[in-house]
Amino acid sequence: MNVIRSKRIEELFFKVLMLAATMLVFALVISVVWTVLSRGSRAMSWDMITKLPGGGFYIGKEGGFLNAIVGSLYIVGASACIGLLISVPVVFYLNVYLKKTSRLAYAARLAFDVLFGVPSIVYGAFGFAIMVFLGLRTSLLGGIIVITLLIIPIFIRSMDEATRNFPHDILDASFALGATRWETLKVVVRQIAPGIATATLLSVGRAIGDAASVMFTAGYTDSIPTSLSQPAATLPLAVFFQLSSPVPEVQDRAYAAALVLTLIVLILSIGGRFITSRFSKNKL
Amino acid sequence: MPNRYEMIQRRILKDRVAQGTMCGLTVFAIVFLAAMAVGLYIKSVPVLENHSLFSLLGSSEWKPMKGEFGFLPFIAGTLWVTGLAIIMALPVSLLTGIYLTEYARPAVRKMVFPALDILAALPSVIYGVWGMLVIVPWISERVAPHFIEFSSGYTVLAAGIVLGVMVVPLLVSLFIEIFTNVPVELREASLALGATRWQTTRKVVLRKTIAGMLAATVLAVSRAMGETIAVLMVCGCVVGIPSHLLDACYPIPALIANNYGEMLSMPLYESALMFAALILFAVVLIFNLLSRIVLYRLERRSI
Repeated sequence: MNVIRSKRIEELFFKVLMLAATMLVFALVISVVWTVLSRGSRAMSWDMITKLPGGGFYIGKEGGFLNAIVGSLYIVGASACIGLLISVPVVFYLNVYLKKTSRLAYAARLAFDVLFGVPSIVYGAFGFAIMVFLGLRTSLLGGIIVITLLIIPIFIRSMDEATRNFPHDILDASFALGATRWETLKVVVRQIAPGIATATLLSVGRAIGDAASVMFTAGYTDSIPTSLSQPAATLPLAVFFQLSSPVPEVQDRAYAAALVLTLIVLILSIGGRFITSRFSKNKL
Repeated sequence: MPNRYEMIQRRILKDRVAQGTMCGLTVFAIVFLAAMAVGLYIKSVPVLENHSLFSLLGSSEWKPMKGEFGFLPFIAGTLWVTGLAIIMALPVSLLTGIYLTEYARPAVRKMVFPALDILAALPSVIYGVWGMLVIVPWISERVAPHFIEFSSGYTVLAAGIVLGVMVVPLLVSLFIEIFTNVPVELREASLALGATRWQTTRKVVLRKTIAGMLAATVLAVSRAMGETIAVLMVCGCVVGIPSHLLDACYPIPALIANNYGEMLSMPLYESALMFAALILFAVVLIFNLLSRIVLYRLERRSI
């Protein structure tokens, strides 16, 4: 009798703890998002997102951070396109060309997982070292290269996951009709399209928020870059640099930039979840 | 028809070319990892030639102007912050992971998963803003006065809390993955013998996944170590070995990020910072390799 009671109590105790932990996680999400949204919306104005920094911007005079928004879009857009071009063939190669037991596939997956874990500041430092080696200065091009390298592992990992459960019968059907493996790519791409979309949103979300890697490589500027060799501002760095200013008006801009960044990331994240749940049958 | 024969030849050729290209791209990933190590090493050779490895890692003299580079304060800062973050994040993530796999109804999961998604997706700099707006004032106004006279709030504790929140989604998702790999039959057997859910969890699920949980934790540690901007914004950035939780600290990633502008003007400084990146890279590489290999094994066994 006593044993049963004690195990009931233990059960209840841990159940309460678990509920509390889950609630805490939930509360943290709300706290982070709410803090940034409420503080940011107080500082937000139309000028912020439609104007470039004007004269005396950094002592609190007029202007906005359009430069950072456009810079971020340039870098993220370009690297997402390049990343997609490189990672789709790699995923296809890993899953269709190579056998399940292939050593190369194992090593490549391990390498991508490890690359995924490499901190972005190391990417930044390495990218910077390479740029110095090649004689490049901080530029849009440098930012695009480093961000591309940063998001390729994310692309590949998440698309690989979607492709691994890909039914082999479909491949066999395609081969049986006489298609080469390369021609079968069309079939596979159509099948894993939702996976590709989710991976893209995930990578874009990561790319747009990463500050440590672009700090060294893309630099910062008050104008919109007109060529690949000019430096480019980015949203996370706009938040970071302006927040370290002692002027309250400049800090306000940092909060507004943080709001814009958070909204973009929230939309991407919810969009990714939507695509996954709408277009794929399995998995929660 | 020779025409048709040619067409097939061309298709096969296309397939071969594609295979070669894709193989090249895949191999490139492995080579890239090695290139990163070599590149960072080459860059840090000058500082390694001038100082012994022991003095670099073991000295706490940090005077770049005089060419003295002791990384001990930064290593200590990294260890403090990472340790604190993991100590706080681990129990919360473990309990949440267990709850979501073993207890929660699908409706609850549908609520919590998107929240975890958002937590994982938020950029580092946003966590930094949150830390500066919420955690730092809380520490300087509420927590610190109980213990010391004055604290700005930019402390090991603040960095630890922010970092802890940041690794929670990673840990929870890894735990969920590991726990769902445990066959349902094992749970059913235990429940049929009269064990409660918690007993089943503790004695079957947790015992069966110890290796996986360890690997997940190591992975989270390596992730926490490399976090830059959020930590940089709340850690205080004072060079020195922190002696307690309310001291400021200066982890390695913050050091690299903070000094990129001036590093080219001083001899050896750039090399020293590249060496810092190399340390970080080496630790993360080893941790990641070990834990991924363990996780792969587990995954394969469960299939």
